Amino acid sequence: MPDTKLTPGITANRLPEGAYADNFSDLHPPLDDHEALVAADRCYFCHDAPCTTACPTDIDIPLFIRQIATGTPEAAAKTILTQNILGGMCARVCPTETLCEEVCVREVAEGKPVLIGQLQRYATDTLMAAGTHPFTRADATGKRVAVVGAGPAGLACAHRAAMLGHDVVIYDSRAKPGGLNEFGIAAYKSVDGFAQAEVDWLLQIGGITVDAGKSLGEGLTLDQLQSDFDAVFLGIGLSGVNALGVEGEDKSGVLDAVNFIADLRQTTDLSKLPVGRDVVVIGGGMTAVDAAVQSKLLGALNVSLVYRRGQDRMNASQFEQDLAASKGVRIITNASPTAVHGNGSVREIEFEYTDDDLTPTGQTFRLAADQVFKAIGQTLQGEGLPNLDGRKIAVTGAGRTSIAGVWAGGDCASGGDDLTVTAVAEGRDAAMDIHTQLMGCAG
Amino acid sequence: MADLTSNFIGIKSPNPFWLASAPPTDKEYNVRRAFEAGWGGVVWKTLGEDGPPVVNVNGPRYGAIWGADRRLLGLNNIELITDRPLQTNLDEMTRVKKDYPDHAVVASLMVPVDEDSWKAILGRVAETGCDGVELNFGCPHGMSERGMGSAVGQVPEYVGQVAEWCKKHTDLPVIVKLTPNITDIRKPAQAAKDGGADAVSLINTINSITGVNLDNFAPEPTIDGKGAHGGYCGPAVKPIALNMVAEIARTPGLGGIPISGIGGVTTWRDAAEFMALGAGNVQVCTAAMTYGFKIVQEMISGLSEYMDEKGMTSTSELVGRAVPNLSDWQHLNLNYVTKARINEDMCIKCGRCYAACEDTSHQAITMTEDRVFGVDDSECVACNLCVNVCPVEGCITMEELQPGMIDERTGREVEEDYANWTSHPNNPGTCAAE
Repeated sequence: MPDTKLTPGITANRLPEGAYADNFSDLHPPLDDHEALVAADRCYFCHDAPCTTACPTDIDIPLFIRQIATGTPEAAAKTILTQNILGGMCARVCPTETLCEEVCVREVAEGKPVLIGQLQRYATDTLMAAGTHPFTRADATGKRVAVVGAGPAGLACAHRAAMLGHDVVIYDSRAKPGGLNEFGIAAYKSVDGFAQAEVDWLLQIGGITVDAGKSLGEGLTLDQLQSDFDAVFLGIGLSGVNALGVEGEDKSGVLDAVNFIADLRQTTDLSKLPVGRDVVVIGGGMTAVDAAVQSKLLGALNVSLVYRRGQDRMNASQFEQDLAASKGVRIITNASPTAVHGNGSVREIEFEYTDDDLTPTGQTFRLAADQVFKAIGQTLQGEGLPNLDGRKIAVTGAGRTSIAGVWAGGDCASGGDDLTVTAVAEGRDAAMDIHTQLMGCAG
Repeated sequence: MADLTSNFIGIKSPNPFWLASAPPTDKEYNVRRAFEAGWGGVVWKTLGEDGPPVVNVNGPRYGAIWGADRRLLGLNNIELITDRPLQTNLDEMTRVKKDYPDHAVVASLMVPVDEDSWKAILGRVAETGCDGVELNFGCPHGMSERGMGSAVGQVPEYVGQVAEWCKKHTDLPVIVKLTPNITDIRKPAQAAKDGGADAVSLINTINSITGVNLDNFAPEPTIDGKGAHGGYCGPAVKPIALNMVAEIARTPGLGGIPISGIGGVTTWRDAAEFMALGAGNVQVCTAAMTYGFKIVQEMISGLSEYMDEKGMTSTSELVGRAVPNLSDWQHLNLNYVTKARINEDMCIKCGRCYAACEDTSHQAITMTEDRVFGVDDSECVACNLCVNVCPVEGCITMEELQPGMIDERTGREVEEDYANWTSHPNNPGTCAAE
């Protein structure tokens, strides 16, 4: 008898054939030409537009939408990509409901924003489908830039530096470039291998070498990079995972959500990916939602997302919370884990209700769990790093660290809000600053 | 409920909504469907002289321009008059009129400019039992190259002459359909009146090219790589048509000649506007071609509701109501001073008023860091551009300054008395009072 949603324990193939493809299809199917024109027409072409102000990469949104409306989506794409070279991925993963679309005057007036994210995707998809790369490199400067980390920050820095005429080497610990775009985003936001396709397209600029399988402490040292290159950019993300710190955490079935998501993204046949019947995800951010929703889509019967504070404190946007709820994820707030129970493998996880200040109430409850995903934050890892600000690399200005000649951006750097789009902006701006400094020195 | 029955130069119809002479009225099948849908009358697709019918192109006959969501705003055509045998049309008209005695059936006619041709066709048409004839002096393409249609309409002497022949050879009411492709619409209208026409109808279509294909550089609609100008109609032409109707309605010499209003009528409101400017009824084509015959139901209910609200019991109470307010520029009151006012509660902060005024007008809109928009009265000339570009209807309005208030732009007190350009000191033609 085949496994079903009801099968206890952690098992694969819970769903009938075809269900996986349906469940992991595009969250927002792309706009067709007519839909794009209708959506574009809703844009008022605002003066000093609030959407552009809200965009961490300052994309001239009214202009690109007007370019779509007038039948030139590739020109629109260039407007986008000039500011944000990963505009294709950002169109898919940006929490637009808290950025550009939140401040769209039509959102404010009517509760229905212009579909900025989907229009951005329409434009960038059109350009990428045409296979063209609209940027060319400036004359070679003879300068070399090392980029550590092939995630959004590193890729954006590398592209901009290469475009300005520098030679770039990107190092990454993983076998494939892309960082969280490739390993960390929910599958239904980046279907059909988009993350890799985007990296391949980005590298068409030329002058960028990807050296995979290396990271600081594993084949690289900052000292060596500094002596081999004219500038170093660190976009190393947060590769460590926080622990629950409760009894029984080491039991089988208690896993890091980021690893589950990475495995899911790299799995070619989702029906072969095991998932529990009763899944509990601990955390309140995007990673927690991604893990919870995808567990459900893989066929878990019960998925609970448990967050220790109130719902208004959750980092996951309202849209993400609604998405989780719509897929059948039960969101439980004000509960902190206190113990993992089970005989070798997790059977139950015990929580205690806590108020928004995490004051224990003494009231506890247990949830059945054959799989627990921890999504309570990630931490910086690496050796010989520049000075930290709290738990991240301290930066000033356009990503300058405490070490001259070393810049940092993305999740590993202080400030920012851990979004793809912020990482892109930081990588881009660091490259501009690197350029200014290198060429200033040269001059 | 308001009485929508219409009596236009003695032609009665259940409502003032007629289908204009055009493809929708080319044959019995369509016309029966139109009457069943609720249209009050039809002007049958233009009949030509007996003999081999005209032919049409076998490629696209229509071109268009569109607004948002591909809403059709303007339509252009290069179709000619009916390409079916005259007798076929006449037989069908006879049958239709017999079955719909209370509906208006008017024959549109176009034959060469000689008396015999007109006499011949008028005799044939009268036998159908139709209610009147409309002389097509408007078609701007194809037939005009053969000396008919707008080639006649553009020469007032021909218009008058043909109208005279028609009045001589038929007892049916004669409507002259005017072309807008002319400098002064009053001239052919006067000629029609002088020729004895009972009414004019306008506008016919406007010379136009809807676009150019930027790949093969051919005008659109394109026939085998070439394009000829067509006749433009639809919502886009309404303002032009309204003005031409108004020009005729307000000209005393035209003696209140009855007008059938045509040009972009798409909703009841459009129809009411034509009628307020003096049209006794309206003719519709593009709206029906875009949406089908059913739209007349909205026109009927809308006009009826409007008339009820206004306490009008008959369409005659609406016809011409706006005519007394038509004026020349020189007679507009220069002591009427208004200023733009922005309703902050309604403002969605798009800033279009600011961009428009700052870049292209009088720098009279102010903008704060947090996007609050205001009006600088000392710069505002009340041009209304901000009102027109604002996406929120009613958000920006023009507020009248009362007499005694200071116009901050001029520093002068607003005067109570009406005063216009004719007496303005800057007018070189004004004789100083002293």
